[in-house]
Amino acid sequence: MEPEPHTQDSWLWSQLQASVDAVQFRKALRDVGDGGKRWPLWGHMGLHDIRQRYRRSMLGPFWITVSMGVMVTALGLLYGRIFKLDLQDYLPYLTAGFVIWGFIANLTTDGTRAFTGDEGFIRQIAAPLSIHAYRVVWSNLIILGHNVLIYLVVAVWFQVNPGWVLLLALPALCLLVLNGMWISLFFGLVSARFRDIPLIVSSLVQVVFFITPVIWKPAMLPERTLLVDANPFYHLVEVMRGPLLGHAPSWENWLGVAVITVIGWSITLLFYTAYRWRIAYWV
Amino acid sequence: MASIRLEHVTVAFPIYDAASRSLKKRLVSAAVGGEIQLEPGSTRLSVVQALDDVSLAFDHGDRVGLVGHNGAGKTTLLRVIAGIYEPVRGQVRVEGQTAPLFDITFGMDPESTGYENILLRGLFLGLERKAIRERAEEIAEFTELGRFLDLPLRTYSAGMRMRLAFAVSTSIEPDILLVDEGIGAGDAAFLAKANRRLQEFTGKAAIIVLASHSEQLICSMCDKAVLMQQGRVLATGDAEEVLRMYRELKAADLG
Repeated sequence: MEPEPHTQDSWLWSQLQASVDAVQFRKALRDVGDGGKRWPLWGHMGLHDIRQRYRRSMLGPFWITVSMGVMVTALGLLYGRIFKLDLQDYLPYLTAGFVIWGFIANLTTDGTRAFTGDEGFIRQIAAPLSIHAYRVVWSNLIILGHNVLIYLVVAVWFQVNPGWVLLLALPALCLLVLNGMWISLFFGLVSARFRDIPLIVSSLVQVVFFITPVIWKPAMLPERTLLVDANPFYHLVEVMRGPLLGHAPSWENWLGVAVITVIGWSITLLFYTAYRWRIAYWV
Repeated sequence: MASIRLEHVTVAFPIYDAASRSLKKRLVSAAVGGEIQLEPGSTRLSVVQALDDVSLAFDHGDRVGLVGHNGAGKTTLLRVIAGIYEPVRGQVRVEGQTAPLFDITFGMDPESTGYENILLRGLFLGLERKAIRERAEEIAEFTELGRFLDLPLRTYSAGMRMRLAFAVSTSIEPDILLVDEGIGAGDAAFLAKANRRLQEFTGKAAIIVLASHSEQLICSMCDKAVLMQQGRVLATGDAEEVLRMYRELKAADLG
């Protein structure tokens, strides 16, 4: 990306200083709250996004399930061979990880288009801007729901019985959704201003996929490295993958996710306080 | 009681260098006529002054026409009142629920059926599902589209789409109605019907702000008017008077 000229930086910086005040902060919070209350709208829009994509196809949204199934089968057979792993153990691991990773990755890339994609709406009708972030999270949740079916098939096939630990997947999912909200708001906001961000994010997401333990296991590394423990995406994936596979996530995982949630929301609220009202001008 | 108060409202659009943002096209269309300035202390970032120190007050019962050249700031002003743009400087206080009628076909999906579109557009306008269901029959009846409402919108003609959009948009009862240009709708027979509905619809609104180039429309609908030029308010007052000034302004430009 071409570096921004200094003058623009200083403008943005002075905006940040000038507009972070209690009034704007309350407005930002109210925007997020009121946006949630408009669930009939974003609920409808999110569902609509999915239906739209698969309208008039025979399987409809279950194409999501099918393509995920094909993907994990192919990857599982290949990497199971490469890593010389027992498929009984490896395929459920890969499937669970891949499904959760898909949720986080898609959410991030869709998040960059949260505001620019709804530009017409934003400039036509005054509504809480967070609606667009809710819509992104919701439509990705629907996709996750379709993908989880593949995990069910694999789990039944290989007789994975997670037991009661499975219940931990629920709070884990709630945490992921909570993080999904700030990710959409934050990347949606910065992408509205800097149009290179979506391109950068989508290429970074691919890199992160390979350095995050999704197709490989942390145990395969000779020693625990920062690649695993300092990788926020590892914690985000593991906190839900663990319960799906039948082992509780470690306290480091919970802590990692909690830290990401707090830091992510803090930065997002800071930016959202300062620049929320500029979004209509930027899109 | 509905009211609109604007005090020293300034709206400026940043124009980013083409290298950092590929948005030239839209900004040009938003900027025609507005004053283009350089952001203080910057050599690359310029801003278009879309509204410059605008102070206005409208009260219950006001029917206001906005006149001025293209890009004089009419649409921006409507968007500020609607709450879409928050001003860079100045205060905006609006009492009452606003309903913008800028592009009434907005938010309609060609792949969805007529009924689905009634729901979609109703949700956009902030109605509850229940309220939309209650109104759906009345809306359907007004459009006279009959069984077409069960077919996807893409099978409709432009006029049919317009009927549907118009019927849904006018099914709400806002305190403040913001209209950008006149709402045209369909064939002559429908137009007469639409006019009646529009009168009923607008009759219920406490305040109407209408931006238009049509003097006839403003004469027939408004008692007050605001003349704008380059983002500034040149005159406000009695509609007849302001329109006369607008004509003089146009004549001066031509001569």
